Amino acid sequence: MSPGAGVPLWLLLLFPLAGFIINTAIAFTRPSWKGLVSLVGPGAVLAAFAVAVAGFLQLQAPGAPDELTIHLWKWIEAGDLKIDIAFRLDHLSSLMTLVVTGVGGLIHLFSIGYMKSDDGYARYFAYLNLFIVFMLVLVLGSSMPVMFIGWEGVGLCSYLLIGFWYGVQANADAGKKAFIMNRIGDFGFLMAMFLTWHGLGTVDFAEIAEKSSQLVTNGPLVTAIALFIALGCAGKSAQIPLYTWLPDAMAGPTPVSALIHAATMVTAGVYLVVRSNGIFAHAPTASLVVAAIGAATALFAGTIGLRQNDIKKVLAFSTVSQLGLMFLAVGSGAYVAGIFHLVTHAFFKAVLFLGAGSVIHAMHHAYHSTHSHADAQDMRNMGGLRRWMPWTSALMWIATLAIAGIPVFAGFFSKDEILASVFSRGAGQAVFYLFWGLASLTSLLTAIYMGRLMAMTFMGQNRTGEAEQAALHEAPWVMTGPLAVLGLLSLAGGLINLPHFAGGHAWLEHWLEPVLKPSHELVQLTMPEGSTEFALIGFAVLVGVVGLVWGVRAVQRASIATPEHAAPETGFARVLTGQYFIDAIYDRFIVRPVHWFARTVLWKTIDQWLVDGVAVMGSARLLQGFGWLGSRFQTGQLGLYLLLFVAGAVWVLGVVLQ
Amino acid sequence: MAPDLLGPTLALSGILFSIGVLGALLRRNAIILFMCVELMLNAVNLAFVVFARYYGFGGHVLVFFVMTVAAAEAAVGLAIMLALFRHNQTLDLQDINLLHG
Repeated sequence: MSPGAGVPLWLLLLFPLAGFIINTAIAFTRPSWKGLVSLVGPGAVLAAFAVAVAGFLQLQAPGAPDELTIHLWKWIEAGDLKIDIAFRLDHLSSLMTLVVTGVGGLIHLFSIGYMKSDDGYARYFAYLNLFIVFMLVLVLGSSMPVMFIGWEGVGLCSYLLIGFWYGVQANADAGKKAFIMNRIGDFGFLMAMFLTWHGLGTVDFAEIAEKSSQLVTNGPLVTAIALFIALGCAGKSAQIPLYTWLPDAMAGPTPVSALIHAATMVTAGVYLVVRSNGIFAHAPTASLVVAAIGAATALFAGTIGLRQNDIKKVLAFSTVSQLGLMFLAVGSGAYVAGIFHLVTHAFFKAVLFLGAGSVIHAMHHAYHSTHSHADAQDMRNMGGLRRWMPWTSALMWIATLAIAGIPVFAGFFSKDEILASVFSRGAGQAVFYLFWGLASLTSLLTAIYMGRLMAMTFMGQNRTGEAEQAALHEAPWVMTGPLAVLGLLSLAGGLINLPHFAGGHAWLEHWLEPVLKPSHELVQLTMPEGSTEFALIGFAVLVGVVGLVWGVRAVQRASIATPEHAAPETGFARVLTGQYFIDAIYDRFIVRPVHWFARTVLWKTIDQWLVDGVAVMGSARLLQGFGWLGSRFQTGQLGLYLLLFVAGAVWVLGVVLQ
Repeated sequence: MAPDLLGPTLALSGILFSIGVLGALLRRNAIILFMCVELMLNAVNLAFVVFARYYGFGGHVLVFFVMTVAAAEAAVGLAIMLALFRHNQTLDLQDINLLHG
């Protein structure tokens, strides 16, 4: 079979792109045509999902090639450097396209209800469609530069959607923060790309995988490439030290938080590491750094999540923490476990965010009905919402059990696999036992803050207010429907890589084998078996159950005051609520010095004084001076001119005659 | 054979040219200046003619050219001066300095 035959892969990109163009046209000319937008926006993504499924089935068929590549056109040709606009559907990217278009399509549907009364409805769907296009370019790009187009594109869409309600200064600032933080990461990506070209003479992923065996293990080149990739991934996937943009990114509409800042875009870093597994397998030191960053981020963000009162902030730090776990997995060489957790996380975190969206939607309506200005996202204003929102509550409980790692639910299998893989590396390097401990502690924290979130939101007495209670309601079916589908996936998502002890065949592990070939020989994980395996699982489950109960009980025992009556936090709780004051520290030690440098040195000194004053105005003044001198001879007196002419003629004559 | 007059004639030509130059430099009246220029042209013509007598006919041809150009120059120059006088009521070159920088 010739490559690219069969499923027209370009349709995958064309559908959302067409959706983007149509929605943009509507946004500019007929913004009130919401019906058409509701049809085009989600329709385009669901059509792309159908193509993704077809592509998946084609790869999955017996005897099918490992990958389908389409070359659209030549992009860059300079010397030995040849880059095509080409897309490659292999086992990994096929899985990602399913997640992106599947979860993305459901979130598009949810958005129909959530954004119904927004004036920027068409603009919103245009951005969302564009995001899907770029995300697909990112996962399908066959070489680093093509992937970089998507990488930058999703950053752009993220910026546009965080600042979607740009009328509020804080939202616009949050968008800029995300963009600038990501630029730092992009520097890493670019450097990695240049070094890869320098070292391997190619930027095509397939060729990189092929040539990675030539690399000197732990050599300076491969370590530098891997660390620069890790920097890029830390930016995109919100890891220490570049994570601070993600909590602020919650300024965007909640479905955006679910799609971009939980399920898809932020996992791009994990995807890139797995995509470059050939490089990382040759760079054990850099991998260790990735694992350490992941473990530290997971724990760090988990502790912050304990004391946040904004429902979306809790979920944001939870996302940072879970991404940390994925980083820990891929840093430990457990690429399959990382991707597995990426997929299940996309399911249950989407449920949690969309559920939070439903809650905020209801709370917003309730406060709107009484013209109250109370915070619709503050969990201290909620409580007992189960009475009004039984569906949302039940579905969010499923997702909570999944993220806490309770058996049968999707998160249990993926998180357990990460923990087991990290533990198994401990036999070789003792530091991995420490990472395992940190990850287990993170699991405990995860269960605690999720229990706290659920208890504060759905259980106990309602704190919204007497008058407001009348307006609380369950979300419309267009919102609960997608939530139910995702809830089902959170429940059953573990099936894609059901381990052997549960009677499964670890399908995902076999599916990803061709992609992980370059690292196969180098990273051999000897997974714990028998009693060790069951002891680890038992411990992980125990941690999850204890955490959930702890979190719920802590809320039930304390009496929660609404924000206006709340006593200020003290001690360590204040540090946690203030997110360790990292933003303030960055502001004091990085942002302000950079501002000072930019203003005083670059602007006032170099630009205004040196460039404008000395160089531009200086050269003009100098020439003006020469001009003034010359003009002194222009007296208008014919006699003088003649005299000079004669003197000149005599002089020339003298020279000639000599 | 006539006596050899090459040297004296060239000397006369030089004297005439120098008078023209000095006149042009020292006098202020535009008409006088104009006449001085004519004097310089004719001094050169004299040199051409005497050279032509001793070294061939090329000099005669150039003299005719110079005379033609001088005639044209006189026409244009006098017209300019007429216009200048109508405008300024004077032809004193020190009072005419429209081109000063």
